[in-house]
This record gives sequence, C-alpha cells and structure tokens, in this order.
Amino acid sequence: MKKVYTDAAAALAGLLHDDMMVMCGGFGLCGIPDELIEAVRLSGVKGLTVVSNNAGIDGVGLGKLLDTRQVRKMISSYVGENKEFARQYLGGELEIEFNPQGTLAERIRAGGAGIPAFFTKTGVGTKVADGKEIREFDGESYVMERGLFADLALVHAHTGDTEGNLRYRMTARNFNPMMATAAKMTVAQVEHLVKPGEIDPDTIHTPGIFVKRIIDVGVRDKRIEQRTTRKRGDSTPAAAAGGGTH
Amino acid sequence: MAWTREQMAARAAKELEDGFYVNLGIGIPTLVSNYIPEGMSVQLQSENGMLGMGPFPYEGEEDPDLINAGKQTITALPTTSYFSSADSFGMIRGGHINLSILGAMQVAGNGDLANWMIPGKMVKGMGGAMDLVAGVKRVVVVMEHVAKNKDGTESPKLLKACDLPLTGTRVVDLVITDLGVFEIDKKGDGGMKLIELADGVTEDEIRSKTEADFTVALKN
Repeated sequence: MKKVYTDAAAALAGLLHDDMMVMCGGFGLCGIPDELIEAVRLSGVKGLTVVSNNAGIDGVGLGKLLDTRQVRKMISSYVGENKEFARQYLGGELEIEFNPQGTLAERIRAGGAGIPAFFTKTGVGTKVADGKEIREFDGESYVMERGLFADLALVHAHTGDTEGNLRYRMTARNFNPMMATAAKMTVAQVEHLVKPGEIDPDTIHTPGIFVKRIIDVGVRDKRIEQRTTRKRGDSTPAAAAGGGTH
Repeated sequence: MAWTREQMAARAAKELEDGFYVNLGIGIPTLVSNYIPEGMSVQLQSENGMLGMGPFPYEGEEDPDLINAGKQTITALPTTSYFSSADSFGMIRGGHINLSILGAMQVAGNGDLANWMIPGKMVKGMGGAMDLVAGVKRVVVVMEHVAKNKDGTESPKLLKACDLPLTGTRVVDLVITDLGVFEIDKKGDGGMKLIELADGVTEDEIRSKTEADFTVALKN
C-alpha cells in the first residue's frame, strides 16, 4: 500500500466531511501541520471539532480555519494568542472545551491506546471536574476523564520514511506522537521524506503503523511566536523558563 | 520598603536544592533561574516537552523548533532531553518534578489556589497549571501581596477562601510576596504561618493587607 501522496490536497482527498473531529499537532506554532491545515481551509469543510493544545494566532496555523468559520468547537488547554478566536468565542459563535494540558495529552494517548477512560488528580475540586465521576484510590480523590479518538489526525514531523515511520525534532514533538495514534486516519507532513532504513529504527518516535498517508512539504519557513534572545557577551544565565500557565 | 521582583525571585531560589527538577511559571518565577547558586545542579522542565532548559539564544541563533512553554525561543544544554507532551505530564502528574514555582491571583489559608480565570473576562485556559499543582511535590507561589484595582484601591490576595475559580485545592506549600513569606499546612489543619518579613515590613502592615488568618513564627 502506497502511503506517499504528492501534496496536502491529494493526501486529504476523501477524508474530510462536515462536523468531523480533527486532531492537530503542535504547541503554539511549534510543530504544527501548517500545509495540511491550509488544505483543510481550501477544502471548505465546516462544523469542525478541533482538538489542539492551542488555536494558532490570527492568520497562522489554526487561526486560518477560525478566520473562515470552519471550526465549531475547540478542545484546548490555552487559546490566548488569537483575536479572532476571542471575538467568535465572546460572540457565542465558537464553543470551547478547556482541558488541563496534561489531561488533554493523556486523553489523546489513552484514546490511541484503546483506553476509554482514566482517573487523574488534575482538576479535582475545580470546574474541570464538574459533572464527572470522582473516585477515591489510596485515600486520595481522582476525577475520571475520557479517552479521545478522532476521525482524522494531522501531524508534523521532521523526518519520515515512505512506510510512515516518523521522527520529530526538539520541542516540535509535543502533541504530535499521541495524536498520530488517536484517529481513524492519520496524515503526516514531513520536512524530509526518506527511504525505509534511512531512519535508525532505534530513533523512530512514531512507528509507521499509525500513519496512513504522508507528504513531503520540505523545510518549512516557520513562524516564531515569542522571539527572545540575549546579547553576545552577556554571561548571566538569562531566564529561559516560562511555563506554568501556558 | 517591600521586596522588588528580583528580591522575590532570589528568595524563591532559596527553595532550590541540588539535584532538583523544577518547573518555573511565567513572570517573576522565570527570574528564579537567574539565582540558581553556582555549583548547584538544577534542571528546568518545560512542559511542552523538554528537560534541561538552557538560556535564551543569541540573536540569529533562534530555532523555531526549540521553544519553552511560554513559546519563547530557548537553547539546549548538554543535559537536555526532549519528549512528548504525554511523557512531560507523566513526569508532572507522576510526582517526579521536585518543585513548581508559579504566580497566582488568589491563595487561601488552606492552600487553595486560583490563577487561571476571572469570570466575565476572556478566559484563555489553564494550560498546564492544574496538572502542575496537582502533581508536583512542592508548590511555591510568588506573587504581589495585594491586587491593585483600576480605581486605585487594593484587594487582598491571601484570603480565607478564594472567590475566583480554583486551579487546585490544598496545593500550595509556600507563598512568597513582596511583603513576606508564608508557610501553608496544606495537608493538615495548621493553616497559614508568617515565617519571614521583607526588609522594612512590619507584621502590622501584613495584617492590614491580608484577609486570611495566619499565625506568626518569624525565622528572620
């Protein structure tokens, strides 16, 4: 079975329909399947439920699908960087389900691994647990969260081979590996498409069984959301952290 | 005289220990990385999938594939490892991270924390904050002692009970503000205890700006 397609439109042919659930890899604009998102936009498919940690920025990444009103609902952990998102959300045009980031990651991992639900401490005693089953294990309370399985997953990898084996690069890995496992169909865009055997099997992150279609998009001209640098000669170990709430 | 942001970060850095794996939130917590004592091995975790976070890159060396959880460009170290978001939160939820230092809107005397949403305002989401406070062994909050309102008045942030939606219940171990440091007995009924005063700050000043009940056991 041939997995390699010539371009994003060809790779998505026959897979898109209104009101479907689509998973989209990436953290911020890092490791997003931008070419595949653009093909979804051009297809005109609408009513989408999109599972993605973030919602892009205006005109970039998933921001493109918001501009065209193709998204009905987002399942995300943080969506702060998008004016059009805020406008549609406050206007009641867009639904949002906030998941704690780790719960979102685990829901996707579980969905891909055939686990319908799991219990976590995260969110117990908060709005996130409203209406969900709480159970005590070893004296501590846990909330039940459901696995997530989508119609389609779109992922981005640095290198892929024609069998669909994928390797990600640095923090562009993020949600991509779990999403690749958690949909009826997974389509990957890669920056470097190679022959089987050219990726050391010990370094493959996503085995090809999870990837049904693959396209070579070449090295991307990637956007940086928060360009942060230090001056040469500056010996202080400049602050490089910055998590917690994003 | 209260502590500056830098002094608060320096005080928070005293919570670090050799060999610790630490997650730092946005704002003042980020500054803590400037105060890691020389010779102490502390690995910073970034919940988007990196352990061993290095400093910001030199201009021209930014790599769009290498960012922290604040989406800022960063660099790797010889100790760096990369992993998926599921592995990242496995580390966090599984209790493998020693310390989380983060900001807050409100903290209650029992350790309840609110730092992700204000009803009626645009909600951006909780990101990884709920996972961090639920899973990390020790949670330190660094924040201004009071909130400054638009009309110039001040509202206490250390409360008997949070009135904003919670990020976690009974999760905060220590609160460092510009006025002092409080310990919280989050597992028991010991409540909140004032243990340090910032330079030139009196117990009376703290009492006037704190709604939560607290005992006093000064160490400085």
